[in-house]
Amino acid sequence: MARFLLRRLGFLLVTMLFTSLLIFLITQALPGDVARVLLGREASQQALAQLRAQLGLDRPLPLQYLHWLGDFLRGDWGTSFSTGQSVRALVLQRLGNSLQLAGITLAVAVPTAVTLGVVAALYEESWIDTLISLASLSVVGLPEFITGLVLIQLFSFTLGWLPASSSIAPGTSLFRALPYLVLPALTATLVLLAYVARLTRASMLVELRRPYVRTAVLKGVRWRRVVVAHVLRNALLPTITVVAISFGWLISGLIVVENVFNYPGLGRLLTFAIARRDVPLIQAVALVAVLGFALANLVADILYAAFNPRITLQ
Amino acid sequence: MTGGQGMGAPLVAFENVSVAYRQGRRWSRAVRGVDLGIGAGVTYGLVGESGSGKSTLAQALLRVLPPSGRVVEGTIRFRGEDLSLWPPQRLRSEFYRQVAMVPQDPLPSLNPAHRVGRQVEEVLDPGGLPARAGSEVRRKALAMLEAVGMADPERVASAYPHQLSGGMQQRVLIAMALAGEPSLLVLDEPTTNLDVTTEATILDLVRELVAERDTAVLYVSHSLGVVAELCDRVAVLYAGELVEDAPTAQLYRQPRHPYTQGLFDSVPRLGTTRRSVALRPIPGRIPAPSSLPPGCVFEPRCPIAVGACSQARPALEPSGDGWARCLRSGEIAAGEVDPHQPAPPARATDAAREVPVALDVANLRKRFPLRRSLVELLRRTPQRAVRAVEDVSLTVRQGHTLGLVGESGSGKSTAARAILGLDPASGGAITLAGMPLAPDLARRAPEAIRRLQMVFQSSDEALNPYRTVGAALRRPFRRLGGLDHAHADARVAQLLRDVQLTPAYASRRPAELSGGEKQRVAIARAFAAEPEVLVFDESVSGLDVSVQAAILNLIGQLQQERGSGYLFISHDLAVVSFLADYVTVVYLGHVMEAGPAERVLTPPYHPYTEALLSAIPLLEPGAVRAHVRLEGEVPSPVDVPGGCPFHTRCPRFLGDICVSQAPPWREADEGHGVYCHIPLEELRASQAPAIPFPGRGGDVDGG
Repeated sequence: MARFLLRRLGFLLVTMLFTSLLIFLITQALPGDVARVLLGREASQQALAQLRAQLGLDRPLPLQYLHWLGDFLRGDWGTSFSTGQSVRALVLQRLGNSLQLAGITLAVAVPTAVTLGVVAALYEESWIDTLISLASLSVVGLPEFITGLVLIQLFSFTLGWLPASSSIAPGTSLFRALPYLVLPALTATLVLLAYVARLTRASMLVELRRPYVRTAVLKGVRWRRVVVAHVLRNALLPTITVVAISFGWLISGLIVVENVFNYPGLGRLLTFAIARRDVPLIQAVALVAVLGFALANLVADILYAAFNPRITLQ
Repeated sequence: MTGGQGMGAPLVAFENVSVAYRQGRRWSRAVRGVDLGIGAGVTYGLVGESGSGKSTLAQALLRVLPPSGRVVEGTIRFRGEDLSLWPPQRLRSEFYRQVAMVPQDPLPSLNPAHRVGRQVEEVLDPGGLPARAGSEVRRKALAMLEAVGMADPERVASAYPHQLSGGMQQRVLIAMALAGEPSLLVLDEPTTNLDVTTEATILDLVRELVAERDTAVLYVSHSLGVVAELCDRVAVLYAGELVEDAPTAQLYRQPRHPYTQGLFDSVPRLGTTRRSVALRPIPGRIPAPSSLPPGCVFEPRCPIAVGACSQARPALEPSGDGWARCLRSGEIAAGEVDPHQPAPPARATDAAREVPVALDVANLRKRFPLRRSLVELLRRTPQRAVRAVEDVSLTVRQGHTLGLVGESGSGKSTAARAILGLDPASGGAITLAGMPLAPDLARRAPEAIRRLQMVFQSSDEALNPYRTVGAALRRPFRRLGGLDHAHADARVAQLLRDVQLTPAYASRRPAELSGGEKQRVAIARAFAAEPEVLVFDESVSGLDVSVQAAILNLIGQLQQERGSGYLFISHDLAVVSFLADYVTVVYLGHVMEAGPAERVLTPPYHPYTEALLSAIPLLEPGAVRAHVRLEGEVPSPVDVPGGCPFHTRCPRFLGDICVSQAPPWREADEGHGVYCHIPLEELRASQAPAIPFPGRGGDVDGG
């Protein structure tokens, strides 16, 4: 196990190094001159050259990359071109918000989806299975900006229960932020729900047909216990992997949802940074997002092995 | 109705039971009108080929039919009570406390996520929490694991199912089945996927445990041999109907139904060869439940059918001490009519030994190196390897068959793949008709490939499902024979006739063929290139006996017509000895014994051959013969034992010499010998023939 972790962490390091290079090169290839963006169209050639030298943009690319990486590892993530704030403070604060949203979404989505999937499988081809399948399929077919807008219309404008915009200020406590989190979390839940429910249903159906279920029934074990102690234990294995990987997506991939609700998460920060060619900010967000994904994958593998005795990590 | 031995109601009674499966909107009856009674303490065999409905019947009894199946007619009674009236609660608390089942596939029948111990404990306490160490339940579970022959029950209990071997997994299921001390044990082909030596120990175990507890047994099997060894009484199912039900002794001495007779005539008996006896396969195939004949269900395939047979379904009538569903069972019993299928024409064969060698394999070796970790590389740990084949030499002569026998892990299939060049050999020499072959298929000349062909075990996997039979057969003609399309087509038609199919099969796809037809196509494809040597790797193992008989006859006939040399690989010594002129026995990648078939089957044998032969179920109820059983498991091919590789399990283990020195080749007579430290005279003196004389010990009072 320790050996497995060490190897995977080494692997993670290589992945991060490679993606950092990729991110660096892509941001270099972005159209537009950073100095020109910063100083505006009327800036003199002299001022531009001076700024380039100041930012280190006149040095050869490999050197620029090494400097950037070294600074990044030391914790100096640079200053945002567009806001003048410390990139690190900005990104970490937004990361906190994204983690909050992702946590709440998973806490709602996973138990609901698993329950729906299990019920649908146990009552396969009955009206309840059809209803769950129909409902989840129709929700998954709708893009997030539609479901988000419908939810806002319903809960904010018609019923007036919840705020339409979730632009919480930095430092808001989780308790105070909760009402603002409900609608974005609900929207993200709907995206995830159908997928996880159908996955659970499918693997439940596979497991329910396995001969060990018959063995358990013949032992005289109650059906409810057969389902919970025998079937579910095995049927949830694929679900665990998908949920863990979804966590990575929830942290950084909720760009549409965050924009619809004006929620200050990483996804929105990324669109903001791209719109303003804010290179240091783009680089930092992208790296953090990749790290999130990689860690989620690692956790998925570890969890899968922990719950599946047939896998030994080495 | 039938079989109500002893007093009062039998333990289990099937009364006119029909089971149907839903297919779309239609229901098709897989089992029809079965009457059967199992008395307390009786061991009942339920025999049939695939599609006979034997497993369906067992599942219906245990009320674990798949969701699409249902008992649509009749009653199944347990201790006189109609089980269909019992609510789930009562089934759990009464029925499932008294019945248990051992299924065919042990691994999928165990929960992969629970430890073995916990799964045994659950039988004793189906609703309870996981048992604690030292508790009564834990103690009983461990005792049960010990009772089924586990040397270290604690270790087995804390293992997960996948960490145990197939034989151990089946022992665990038997422990679970017997832990609740059931009065009825249902065994559904419990040894079908196990090696013959493992099967023998499992059958010993079942026999012993059942006798101790006076448990009634319903033993479902396709194997007449296993049933003969174990059962008091046997019921034969055909196409969902009970055709015969009789005490074992009567059934085996004189079957009263032509189908039962057909089954017996399809099975190669140990000690018979195709030179002496032809198998008599049953022509045609089992009718589907949707297209049953109007009268007797066996009538279309029956050698003695008369007009009345196609008019109405015969009733199950008493015959001797049993029952038979045949209008002519009385005539059969009286010997007035011959229920055998007509024998295929016998062909004279030359048994000359001095025929040219077609394929010679010398000191074949195949190792699969294991990857070393970084640490091991740095420490310069020597690289280890799976030693699938260590030292195998064999010779295939023109027009003759060499049988290669061994259990799983013996390396026989790896050897075949190495000979074919599919997995290039790591060492040794392969010579085809005097021409040395490169280890790697890619480096062999097309001519060499043409002359050495293979028929695989699973024709399902070997035939491309999207390609018609014609396209599959045309390819070797065009690629290896250089024929144009029209000529190739003509040859395909001829080839299909040669394997007893019609040219119309050329337009079919594999999904439209039965298992036997697929295997015929696979054989046709191998023969298309007109090879000098064919390798058959377990090519008849997955087939029903009546189909297997036809394929074995076909293979034999093709050899006579074409003079090809065969390398026939199988785990089934009876089939190998039937077909082969020479036999080579392998264990853990080493040859143990080799020689002409009839010599290998008679003493002196290698102790391993002796154990293999002793483990094979015979078709003689109550036959008296040597009882040799192997202890323990086959060692890992990564750590092949030194000296004689068989020494860890050898019942005739001598001592240090077997551990430290490779055994010498001791030649008994021309071409026959064993690799063993024990002198031949000593082996000969202490070994009984594995094949008892016909009739000896056959009179056993069954039932």
